[in-house]
Amino acid sequence: MSVARSSRTRKDPARPKSGKKTATSKPSASTESPARQPSTGHRTDLLEAMLRIRRFEERCVELYSATKIRGFVHLYIGEEAVAVGINEALTPEDAVVSTYREHGHALARGIPAESVMAEMYGKATGCSGGHGGSMHLFDASRRFYGGSAIVAGGLPLAAGLALADRMRAQPRVTCCFFGDGAFAEGEFHETANLAALWGLPLLLVCENNLYAMGTALAREHAQTDLAMRAASYGMPAWAVDGMDVEAVEQAARRAVEGIRAGTGPHFLELRTYRFRAHSMYDPDRYRDKAEIEQWKVRDPINRLTDRMRENGEPVEKELARIEQRITDEIDHAVAAAEQAPEEPVENLLRHVTSSPAEAVS
Amino acid sequence: MGASGTEVSKTTYREAMREALREALRSDDRVFLMGEDVGRYGGCFGVSLGLLEEFGPERVRDTPLSESAFVGAGIGAALAGMRPVVEIMTVNFSLLALDQILNNAATLLHMSGGQLPVPLVIRMTTGAGRQLAAQHSHSLEGWYAHIPGIRVLAPATIEDARHMLAPALADPDPVLIFEHGSLYNASGELAPPTAPVDLDHAAIRRPGTDISLITYGGSLTKTLAAADELAAEDISAEVIDLRTLRPLDDAAITASVARTHRVVIIDEGWRTGSLAAEVSARIAEGSFYELDAPVERVCSAEVPMPYARRLEEAALPQTADIVAAAHRAVD
Repeated sequence: MSVARSSRTRKDPARPKSGKKTATSKPSASTESPARQPSTGHRTDLLEAMLRIRRFEERCVELYSATKIRGFVHLYIGEEAVAVGINEALTPEDAVVSTYREHGHALARGIPAESVMAEMYGKATGCSGGHGGSMHLFDASRRFYGGSAIVAGGLPLAAGLALADRMRAQPRVTCCFFGDGAFAEGEFHETANLAALWGLPLLLVCENNLYAMGTALAREHAQTDLAMRAASYGMPAWAVDGMDVEAVEQAARRAVEGIRAGTGPHFLELRTYRFRAHSMYDPDRYRDKAEIEQWKVRDPINRLTDRMRENGEPVEKELARIEQRITDEIDHAVAAAEQAPEEPVENLLRHVTSSPAEAVS
Repeated sequence: MGASGTEVSKTTYREAMREALREALRSDDRVFLMGEDVGRYGGCFGVSLGLLEEFGPERVRDTPLSESAFVGAGIGAALAGMRPVVEIMTVNFSLLALDQILNNAATLLHMSGGQLPVPLVIRMTTGAGRQLAAQHSHSLEGWYAHIPGIRVLAPATIEDARHMLAPALADPDPVLIFEHGSLYNASGELAPPTAPVDLDHAAIRRPGTDISLITYGGSLTKTLAAADELAAEDISAEVIDLRTLRPLDDAAITASVARTHRVVIIDEGWRTGSLAAEVSARIAEGSFYELDAPVERVCSAEVPMPYARRLEEAALPQTADIVAAAHRAVD
């Protein structure tokens, strides 16, 4: 695998199934132990959730080229199995803290495409009122706390959400997404220590897509086995094949079960890959085209449909139905965003503080 | 303990702050105190001594030396409905949490389109005067006052130490409280508040007619001493304590300048880009035609704070400097 180029010590992420446990503070079952039985209906749901993200972002690329969307836009294409698989283990009462590559997390969480698209357009009807854009999607009603574009900056905040739940004995989990780049930041290590020390109900989801922007994993980490390093904080931690949505779901269910049982934070390293450049600005000069093509072979959507075909499930019929529904949904989202009102400039200082009078001083 | 009663009592700034924390912890179970050594040690400056015993380790929470993590955790807990009070040992250490304060606490409400207010209070020690040298002594509250989305308080009196915390906790947005390290041992009488304590207004600590001495925090004592000296020379100085550094009480500044027509601004921060510079600019913008003399500033020398006593004293605004600046403006 060409991925070895960017990984000095880690094992081939393409190894079969969901990846084995890398390190954990206590013995636990392999990720392959089925937390739930796969069913045709459930696989179709997973497929639809991943396709929604894929098609939404493909449309975003078109809209970016048409200058309808501006700013930094970071695409999740290739990594859909992570957001969708993790979300399966969460309930509406749980909280999610995300990164700037978050369209997938937001859509998987159930924020309507219309609301996200309006935000991409900078419209008042967007999920952040047009104040955030692609990198800062928020939806308090779904306990989706953004949308942080400071690498690792969401981690301490997620620990605080989890702390509040623990102090008030709320049986909720806070899920924090971050990337392999965040693992190099002090805020990750401060938070991992704090969460483990206090036994916080926190799910740490490291999306290891092998690149911190243009810097390959092995060029920024002396030890590239991230799950092993996370385990050193005294929390269960293991690596998962992030290109296999069912493996991700199973791992997430197991981790969340442990967190709800009161065993403190859990860490998952999702080994994944982004098929597109870091952002729409990125000429992608630091990766071999061959490497990208090799990862595309493991496309999480194709992987699921292949599995469904192998099982004799009626994929083509389902796909046609799903694709049509998603196309309609995105068409509607774009049309609504086009027509949505912009926030009046007179409201520029709204929400700087909760008291409008103070905003001007 | 007597500081919460109805009688005038003798207390210190430190005890007044502790009593404010005790009252907050007693009256609202969403409130908790978190920071380095706030519990078993009793607070680096002794402010929280005894609170661990009274409220337990969940609500008086010792943290690792991870400023960014525990300030960020305070933000997250605030988002989830708690009312955290986070203590940072000194303003210099707060720079390790500046990312959380600026990029999250001050920003989330606006960035989320109004969905996520952050009702968080952060307390920290600021200022020099104790020979703690260049990494424990700076006055960076002016930097924080630059940031939209947060309120910045500088309690300079025992009354404000006792009474600013409750309205700070009632504020739906982040509030930073800067406690000058030289004030903790200050003692005096504390009377029950005669009016609701607000965080929006500067206070006239001494009325006067000839010159306005505008200051805040640890410089208030020196400024009042300067006003005494000036009074002996028949110069009537009005002393304005800004109390809240953001948002600034423009009306109080304007009104004072309209009375005196001469101004000295005293600020322990470095002169360049200082809070004093902001106040000066506002006077130039709003009160230009009221001025009978150029605005004077007394700030810290532009040097990392030295350890040696004489050097430290020379670096800081002193009463004699304030008197000299007043003479330049009046003469």
